[in-house]
Amino acid sequence: MRASRSGNIWKNVDWITIGVFAALAIFGWLNIYGASYTFDQTSIFDFSNRAGKQFTWMMGSLILGFVLLMIDYKTYDTLTYIAYGGMLMLLLATPFLARDIKGSMSWISLGPVSLQPAEFAKCIVALAVAKYMGRYDYKIRSWRDLIVPFALIGVPALIIMILQKETGSALVFAAFLLVFYRQGMSGYVLWMGVAAVALFILSIRFGSVPLPWGTGSVGILSCMLLLTLVEIYFICKEHRVRWQALIMVGSVVLIYGLSLIVNIWVSVPFDWISMGVVCALVLYNIFVSLYWRKYILLVLAVFTIFCVGYTHACDFVFTHVLQPHQRIRIEVLLGMKEDPAGAGYNVNQARIAIGSGRFLGKGYLNGTQTKLQFVPEQDTDFIFCTVGEEWGFVGSVAVLLLYLYFILRLIFIAERQRNITTRIYAYSVASIFLFHLMINVGMVLGVLPVIGIPLPFFSYGGSSLWGFTMLLFILLRLDAARMEQLN
Amino acid sequence: MINDKYYRRRYVISGIAIAVVLVYIIRLFYLQIIDQSTRDQADNNALVKQTIYPSRGLIYDRNGELLVFNQPIYEVTLTMRDMGKEWDTLAFCQCMQISREEFDARIEDIKDRKKNRGYSRWTPQVFMSQLKKEDVATLQESIFLFPGVQIQKRTLRDYTYNAAAHVLGSVGEVSQNDIDRDDYYTRGDYSGRDGLERTYEKQLRGEKGMKVLMRDVRGRIQGSYQDGARDVTAKAGTDLYITLDIQLQLLAEELLAGKIGSAVAIEPKTGEILALASNPSWNPKVLVGKERSKNYNLLLKDPTKPLMNRATQATYPPGSTFKTVQSLVCLEQGAITPNTLYPCSGPGSTPIKCTHHHGSPVALDRAIEQSCNPYFWCAFRDLLQKDGYGKNNEDFRHRYELWRDAVMSFGLGQRFADSDISEQSSGSIPSTKLFDKFYGKTGWKAITIRSLSIGQGEILVTPMQLANQAATIANEGYYISPHLNKNDSMLTHRHELAIEKKHFEVVKEGMRRVMIYGTGRHFAVDSLHMAGKTGTVQNPHGRDHAIFIGFAPVEDPQIAVAVVVENAGFGATWACPIASMMMEQYLTGEVKRTDLRKRIGSTVLNESVKKW
Repeated sequence: MRASRSGNIWKNVDWITIGVFAALAIFGWLNIYGASYTFDQTSIFDFSNRAGKQFTWMMGSLILGFVLLMIDYKTYDTLTYIAYGGMLMLLLATPFLARDIKGSMSWISLGPVSLQPAEFAKCIVALAVAKYMGRYDYKIRSWRDLIVPFALIGVPALIIMILQKETGSALVFAAFLLVFYRQGMSGYVLWMGVAAVALFILSIRFGSVPLPWGTGSVGILSCMLLLTLVEIYFICKEHRVRWQALIMVGSVVLIYGLSLIVNIWVSVPFDWISMGVVCALVLYNIFVSLYWRKYILLVLAVFTIFCVGYTHACDFVFTHVLQPHQRIRIEVLLGMKEDPAGAGYNVNQARIAIGSGRFLGKGYLNGTQTKLQFVPEQDTDFIFCTVGEEWGFVGSVAVLLLYLYFILRLIFIAERQRNITTRIYAYSVASIFLFHLMINVGMVLGVLPVIGIPLPFFSYGGSSLWGFTMLLFILLRLDAARMEQLN
Repeated sequence: MINDKYYRRRYVISGIAIAVVLVYIIRLFYLQIIDQSTRDQADNNALVKQTIYPSRGLIYDRNGELLVFNQPIYEVTLTMRDMGKEWDTLAFCQCMQISREEFDARIEDIKDRKKNRGYSRWTPQVFMSQLKKEDVATLQESIFLFPGVQIQKRTLRDYTYNAAAHVLGSVGEVSQNDIDRDDYYTRGDYSGRDGLERTYEKQLRGEKGMKVLMRDVRGRIQGSYQDGARDVTAKAGTDLYITLDIQLQLLAEELLAGKIGSAVAIEPKTGEILALASNPSWNPKVLVGKERSKNYNLLLKDPTKPLMNRATQATYPPGSTFKTVQSLVCLEQGAITPNTLYPCSGPGSTPIKCTHHHGSPVALDRAIEQSCNPYFWCAFRDLLQKDGYGKNNEDFRHRYELWRDAVMSFGLGQRFADSDISEQSSGSIPSTKLFDKFYGKTGWKAITIRSLSIGQGEILVTPMQLANQAATIANEGYYISPHLNKNDSMLTHRHELAIEKKHFEVVKEGMRRVMIYGTGRHFAVDSLHMAGKTGTVQNPHGRDHAIFIGFAPVEDPQIAVAVVVENAGFGATWACPIASMMMEQYLTGEVKRTDLRKRIGSTVLNESVKKW
């Protein structure tokens, strides 16, 4: 019985995913060679250069993958919480064992190599979350049911962010929001996240931009108008009688119209008027929710009040909570600061490297920007520059599409599971890869702020490659066992 | 598969993934396809364009003798970053034969970004330049001891002969003006500053090449870009063959030594300049390399003005040599015939006395032979008064205009616009306007301007114009503008004179007689059939200038010469022997009169003249 099962693993394992994984890793390895290529370079296998080292990591990752596939699938479930506890201990211990590398305390030296425990934490957290949420009696009925999952991801994230000072690695845990969403968490939470980002950008970028007419600032006015629209949308949704909604829309339009006319003689503080409108809507919500016992409107009212506070607090968060280097990265991204020699240097050089690749690229090993080291971190976080420069638009799009296929394949694998734990784990894997892809490429393309997290399989580094290998091959092992699990 | 009520959310999550990738593809499309600015920025980042200097064209004389070529010079550069701690500064100083203090001062200059704006620790910086091969020989042997030191080769002009400095000109660093005018040049480039080097700059300089190199983020050169696909090879300058006969030029300069003056020889049929010597002069080698600016300033300060090319830029009254032109114009315009006789009372003649004693009356050929001043005054007067003076002096002034036009048709009193010699003075033949201004329209008569008849007064010509005048007479009525480029392109620049050919015969006969019976007789070589005319030009500032024009052989002239020696006295004494020996040299290939050659060449007439 045992013999036949281990024979089955090679038949049941998802070879397509392994193929895509191998393609990405090999292409990544070629690009690391390209990025660290200099003129006295000898061989891609030479251990003294990064491509040679990466080759060693890849061999290790193959062995690791093989071992993970050979382990009985039940072992993972059994060991999950023990591993989670051990991982927390390791994360806590890391800052004390680690050397300070560029302000980060996340690397443990083991002889000639360094390991970053945070890279392996993702996998264990995913297993723990899957195990907890995969129980038969678990269902997301209210926000209370999400306390434990949020704690499972929040504790390691906070340790990594505060003790190890690795904001990027910690942010990755936000990817689990998608998993929770799939498991039934309200979609409003995602929208709230989007709204929070939008409000943040509006109030930071335009908070101090005065209105061309009247008094007040563009940022505050936009935030308030946005909130007014959200309020009106929900009120309309809740009311069966449309004329009430019409009256509401009409009066808001009337208020702004009158203000505009008055503005001809007396300058009107538009953002304060908007604030008043929002307050009126909130009060109406509270009244309605109490009168007709529609508590969802109460939630909306609270949310709106929170948003108004948030909008006004953004500036404080921005100037006092964020680290100076993080602040500058955001300012550069939002175009508030030009700093091509300092904080904007990476992004600007990355833009030049990618842009100069044009349609077909400069050809493998012919990229001048990356080869001549104009782009910092070009073989780790900024590896996508090499792709853009040497392989051009065609190569970059091909890589992106391959990733997209990879992620969609993982979602496909997730949905074919009969075991909820495995499905949750699969979604975790897909979400983590999606998050890495989005943040890393977004940063290189200059649409997201600089957050130092690796591009899976592409960026140089043993820890991240092995971390992703673990994440993926445990999924493949569980997926291969999906037939047995129901037996 | 478990169908739960949130099953459809898989599409939302897939949609998010697709949306992210789609946004990034659009962003990539913008960056890589639409935005054009990044390509240049990338090139500016990574590519260095290194100029490859072409070798400048060589200059040969008419017989293929190499006159100007290129010599290699060396530049020692330092790359500061590569100079390690063990770098032995003292040993290096010994190799370069400089003191430790000089070394330190030079290093300080290199590092001073105010003086050296392109300073970088990673790129080679010029430490010493324009070194001779001997200067770098020691360093070359032990260069492996000094990491970061490189020896680079460039070229400078070098000269086979210590001669023809004015003609050849020199090469120097371009000025801001040149850079603004011609974008071929950049700061630090060299171009021809004067002489032929300037006139034929475009031909000689060739085309600069370009090597596209890659440099890394620290400015270190990392090799050729795309294996040299974008490199441009330098095109060497085209060699220049000039009309000078270097042996004749050397002789002319030798004979002019110790005197201020010039000598010009022209091949009459072609207008090719065989020799163009001006003294004082300099060895062309002194205006090369690092000594150039120092020596140039010394030349500039020399009171004898060696930088001036007297052969083309100095102007003198032509004196008696002008009588040949006077004869031709008077014959052509009908004032005299070859048989016209005028009386001469020798030194007692009025209004112009004669400087010679000869029979009276004289005809034209003998008048030329004896350089009879009264004859030419009478002829000039009769020419100008041919129609009387007329109302308001009109007829006289008209005659004067005709005379002036005819004189100028010999190329006198104006620049040769089609010549390739850029340093030229025009000289002048006074216009009616000038005399009108002095005397009023009716205030001047033939007698007023009598000194013009014998080539004195307001008339000014350059030695090259005089040589061209001799060539025109030798050609019997045409000249080709004197030039230095030995291709036949100038043959079409033929200037025909409106003077009948027969008139030249009598003038030529007169000039032949000068060399047989007249002022030039002592220096004629009988077998060479020379013709000539001496001139002694009164000089208000000092001794007379000695002038001679001539050509030979008279039947088929091969060479026309003009010689001017300033403050030398009689033309016959100094200018004539120089011209005579030049004609002998050119026609026979040697000067048999070695004693005369030695005597003329070693005579110092002006103590302050020196050869630089």
